[in-house]
Amino acid sequence: MRPSIDVSLVEVATALGLVAIAAAVSLWRRAEIERDIGLAVVRSFLQLTAMGYVIQALFDSDSMLLVVGLLVAMVLFGAFTARGRAKAVPGAFTPLLVALGTAAAVTLGLVLALGIFDPEVRYLVPVGGMVIGNSMTAAAVALNRLADEVHSEARRLEATLALGATSAQAAAPLVRRSLRSAMIPLADQTKTTGMVFFPGVMVGMLLGGADPVDAVRLQLILLWTLLGAVALSSLIATSLASRRFFTPAHQLREPPEP
Amino acid sequence: MSASRGGRAILREITLDVEEGTTAVLGASGSGKSTLLRLLNRLADPDTGTISHRGTDVRSVDVLDLRRRVVLVPQLPAPLAGSVEHNVGYGARLAGRRADVERALRLAGLDGGFAEREAERLSVGEQQRVMLARALALEPEVLLLDEPTAALDEEAKEGVEGTIRELENTLSVSFLVVTHDRGQASRLGTRTIEIDAGRVTRG
Repeated sequence: MRPSIDVSLVEVATALGLVAIAAAVSLWRRAEIERDIGLAVVRSFLQLTAMGYVIQALFDSDSMLLVVGLLVAMVLFGAFTARGRAKAVPGAFTPLLVALGTAAAVTLGLVLALGIFDPEVRYLVPVGGMVIGNSMTAAAVALNRLADEVHSEARRLEATLALGATSAQAAAPLVRRSLRSAMIPLADQTKTTGMVFFPGVMVGMLLGGADPVDAVRLQLILLWTLLGAVALSSLIATSLASRRFFTPAHQLREPPEP
Repeated sequence: MSASRGGRAILREITLDVEEGTTAVLGASGSGKSTLLRLLNRLADPDTGTISHRGTDVRSVDVLDLRRRVVLVPQLPAPLAGSVEHNVGYGARLAGRRADVERALRLAGLDGGFAEREAERLSVGEQQRVMLARALALEPEVLLLDEPTAALDEEAKEGVEGTIRELENTLSVSFLVVTHDRGQASRLGTRTIEIDAGRVTRG
């Protein structure tokens, strides 16, 4: 039985009452984020509504080609967004694009090849979105951390290069720490899931009237898939981006202040 | 040869011939002494002109090999995380060789008991000696020392100067020692090059 649920626009509008609490807190404590809250409400409404219609259209068309097109667009948009957060990394777009593209292709490919999901539009779109979204966040965190590390560790990097280390050898500890910082949030979230944190998919399925055991199983599949995707994307992003801090002659492009 | 750093001209059309043995490079801070050392083991490249080591343009040899023969010890110690032994053996290990860690430590004035200690927990003076030891472990042809005593107190400074003089006598290594201290230049160097505002004023 397919779970189904009807939500009216009136119910959605009523939920705005809770946004009023957020706005009131911001005004009262002068946190000055009421504008952001307002913008967030408008944007979330418009973006999700648009996405709802896009997904509806995809479901109706049942065209794999359109699904692939949507996933490619998500990867492009994700790489673009992550680049904005990793500004200190020179030429970050290409590493991010390769990282997100590979993470999405490999994880979705494996999920399909192992028969976890059938190659259907209604699985690929939401799972692909989650995989790409989480990969994007992780890659952005990793590159942000990497740029901070290269900046703060510039002296040690140069001292290590001066001994005849390649740039990859010198940067290895920094890449390792960046990778950790990108993977820890999801690893922690996966550890505490069901204890202090109910993941979105499960909540959605339960609200939609699905059997709790089914909801749990699907959630596990997704969490574990995301772990793989996040690991891949942060690994690729850091490996490719770490080279961009160095010249081919293993010199730091931005040497430490004298 | 001219060089810049961060878009700012540092060395202006200098010509320099450094002989084997020990040479002190004397100059005020910001005069371009450190930049000169960085160019010699190719942590940076000049904008114009060339640098040759034993008659060969440094850009025409493998940069990793060059850095193992012409080793730079930076002004501020920046050891790797891990033990002193890990630090001293690191460069040689990358080159596929085994370092004589104990000998390198002894040459740098540290006893073998330091090998197991955590490099980052040592005093600045001891860390500076670890940096010297890991350079010596590569058995280099040239050692580039950038203000080797700048971060040290008076007592540690005399100790490090003594160690450098001993090394000059016992090893067939050429030294290029950068310093802002005229006294140190004459104590350590048999020749002195003076740099002022990016130009060689005596060389």
